[in-house]
Amino acid sequence: MLSQKAEEILELLWVTTQEESDQPMELKNKKYSPDTPEIKELLKLGFVKYDGKNLTLQGEGLKEAESVVRRHRLAERLMADVLDIQENLLEKNACQFEHLIREEVEENVCTLLGHPRECPHGKPIPIGSCCKRNAYEAKSVVLMLCELSPGDRGRVAYLRTGNSQRLQKLLTLGILPGVEVEMLQRFPSFVFRIGHSQMAVDREMAEGIHVRLKGEKRR
Amino acid sequence: MEAAEIVRHWLGKGSCHSTASEKEEGLKRIILVGSPNVGKSVVFGNLTGKYVTVSNYPGTTVEVTKGKGKIGEKEFEIIDTPGMYSLLSITEEERVARSMLMEKCPGVVIQVTDAKNIERELHLTLQLIEAGMPVVLDLNLMDEAEGVGMKIDLEELERQLGIPVVATVATEGVGMDILKGRLAAYENKEARSIKYDEALESAIQRIERILPSKYSLSKRAIALLLLQEDSGITVLIREELKKGYNALEDIMQETKKHYEQPLNYIIALSRQKEVRRIIGKVSDSSVKKTLNLREELSRLTMHPLTGIPILLASLYGLYEFVGVLGAQVLVDFFENGVFGKFINPLATRVVSSILPWKVAQELLVDQYGIITLGIRYAIAIILPIVTTFFIAFSIIEDTGYLPRLAMLIDRLFKKIGLNGRAVIPVVLGFGCDTMATMVTRILETKRERIIATLLLSLAIPCSAQMGVILALLAGNTRGLGIFIGVMAIIFLFTGYLMAKLVPGEKPVFYMEIPSLRWPKLSNVITKTYTRVEWYFKEILPLFILASILIWLGRITGIFDLIVSVLSYPVHWIGIPDKAAEAFLYGFFRRDFGAAGLYDLKETGILSGIPLVVSVVTMALFMPCIAQLCMTIKERGIKMALGMLAFIFPFAFLIGGLLNQALLILEVKL
Repeated sequence: MLSQKAEEILELLWVTTQEESDQPMELKNKKYSPDTPEIKELLKLGFVKYDGKNLTLQGEGLKEAESVVRRHRLAERLMADVLDIQENLLEKNACQFEHLIREEVEENVCTLLGHPRECPHGKPIPIGSCCKRNAYEAKSVVLMLCELSPGDRGRVAYLRTGNSQRLQKLLTLGILPGVEVEMLQRFPSFVFRIGHSQMAVDREMAEGIHVRLKGEKRR
Repeated sequence: MEAAEIVRHWLGKGSCHSTASEKEEGLKRIILVGSPNVGKSVVFGNLTGKYVTVSNYPGTTVEVTKGKGKIGEKEFEIIDTPGMYSLLSITEEERVARSMLMEKCPGVVIQVTDAKNIERELHLTLQLIEAGMPVVLDLNLMDEAEGVGMKIDLEELERQLGIPVVATVATEGVGMDILKGRLAAYENKEARSIKYDEALESAIQRIERILPSKYSLSKRAIALLLLQEDSGITVLIREELKKGYNALEDIMQETKKHYEQPLNYIIALSRQKEVRRIIGKVSDSSVKKTLNLREELSRLTMHPLTGIPILLASLYGLYEFVGVLGAQVLVDFFENGVFGKFINPLATRVVSSILPWKVAQELLVDQYGIITLGIRYAIAIILPIVTTFFIAFSIIEDTGYLPRLAMLIDRLFKKIGLNGRAVIPVVLGFGCDTMATMVTRILETKRERIIATLLLSLAIPCSAQMGVILALLAGNTRGLGIFIGVMAIIFLFTGYLMAKLVPGEKPVFYMEIPSLRWPKLSNVITKTYTRVEWYFKEILPLFILASILIWLGRITGIFDLIVSVLSYPVHWIGIPDKAAEAFLYGFFRRDFGAAGLYDLKETGILSGIPLVVSVVTMALFMPCIAQLCMTIKERGIKMALGMLAFIFPFAFLIGGLLNQALLILEVKL
């Protein structure tokens, strides 16, 4: 397994050489030298090559680097959407978190989040194998209630309103994690069935209710 | 009642429905609580023998209803409270219901529930148990639950909760005897309550040690409400403890830090866990059937393509019933028939033979006399219109149509700073703006209440006024069209401006959509009766007051002065100076004014453009004296005067603009 530092170098390399430009990265501009243990580690694995001036990704290294970036951005998404961590703390936490997420966990996190395309800062999240699979079979995905189409069913996964009063309103109406919901109508207000009753809410309220879909999402 | 007393009565801080015997010694109290639309009022009616308003609409029973009933050998005082979903209160109704529980020390609390939604209902049950309330759980609407194939094991539920549980269908009287039996035999036993996780439990215990023991809610419940930042309870305890409150504050902050999510969420989740455990033991959870029979119709009323035509059709039906049958046929019968032919001539004859003084005669039977004007108006004009309106409104309400209307209109209302819920006061305003102003209480934020109150004062003509306006514009389709168009534009435009100008949080809309139900005739009748009774008790004195004030104003010459001042703006908007008098009287009752215009039209002084201009101006003009009193009572004197200061010039400004526009466009009327 790669060391944390090595993963960070891969991430940096991928972002600078693949995403932001296609120029190679000159090692002397960075704080690393060919003798740093992490770079040695990467060279040994054949993930990167060094021509005396530039450090470039190659072969497996390219894939591995992409995966680190993906995990980092998924971690940010997870913290922003589910754990409700403030933006200024995102970066620091995500950096530590990405190293903890391994492949299987990564897919679960990605699925839970509904295969997001972008990190909270608007940068693209590299596509994983679970996202590709999702394009064929819609697995249980967590969506906001306002994204459901009439006929979609599922269970409430979590509530996230960003406003304590609104949260309380949802709670008192019996809209709680685990409760079954079915979307009935989207316009002019969102109408859904919950248990044996029907509720009408506006978009703001519907955005706070996150539903784990059952079966395929209708179009 | 004396004039001053009436005003004090209307301006007073206390409720206008004060009851004589607040405290009945030795009487055991039963309080009914429960979420809206579960048939609480019907259970109440069954227990007291006196039937009170039942409603499909969350929020109509803002007032608390009391009654007495004999159960077994004992007599009980029974109190019906407004709908509440949770002890943690958001709405005015929930605050009222909770304060009833806190102040009244009930002998028994009956929680009336919708059996098919037992999963949601048990949350409140657990909270009531936690609060140390002597709870009896009534699973009402059991027929609907069975209709969806649901079975509930009552005995097991009793064991799980540790409180008496009964199943009823209150509308049919099913299970009421069992309920009464359980009430008569009720003994308060220690019921089980939920355990939360360690951090919460330790916080609860530490808070409990600081709290004084003087409330009828348990310390545990109060501690939980404090942790969930309930504003009412926080204020109450802060005032009680003064400096000692800081220690509580520290505990709450510390506990909050322990969790990543808000505490109300954490607490609700623990309760949900317990509810699911109980449900798993008492009910077959594999039920999937839904109420399909009425589903289709319900869907049609909500779908925009079918819902809007249904809405328009219902409005047309409302117009035919109230506007034509009530305001024309019945008013004609009472006013010209009963009063015109019999009562007025009789009263005039009697009074002039008893009282030879002209001034005294004027007070009673002249053009603006108490009998010939005040009482005639109240009975001949207001009674038929208001009664037909309330019949129609009660039917609409009981079918469960109002929440559907609210969800259809929410998007539009958001533009004017309100949410769909505000259709209730607005629709009610077409019946009586005074009552509607009171009902603005169901709106959650102060901002919405201010906007709704102003719109009611400005742009919603009440049924009495509408009746006369329709008579004024009868046969004048173009004039009527202009009137409706201008009023609608002003309503939306003013609301839009208010939404931009009034500070405060934007409204959110959420509402339960109850099943469509057939209205029950008996229900509609009692409801209409209660409302018309209320209306008369509150409004008739004001009518008489208005007659007296008009009489006073006339004999002292004050009115002549005001009329001559008013004639300037009246003249400016291009209508005959004589209409100034109608505008002044319009303040005493909106329809006095319109009726004054009617007289002018009949004598041929008012017609064409000036007629339409004056009708629009009159409709926008000041609310009647009763509505003003209600506005002062609900919004405070400053706000009410501010609204008047806006409405007065604004009505004439629009009148003037409309006059110019019609003249320039050379509209033929």
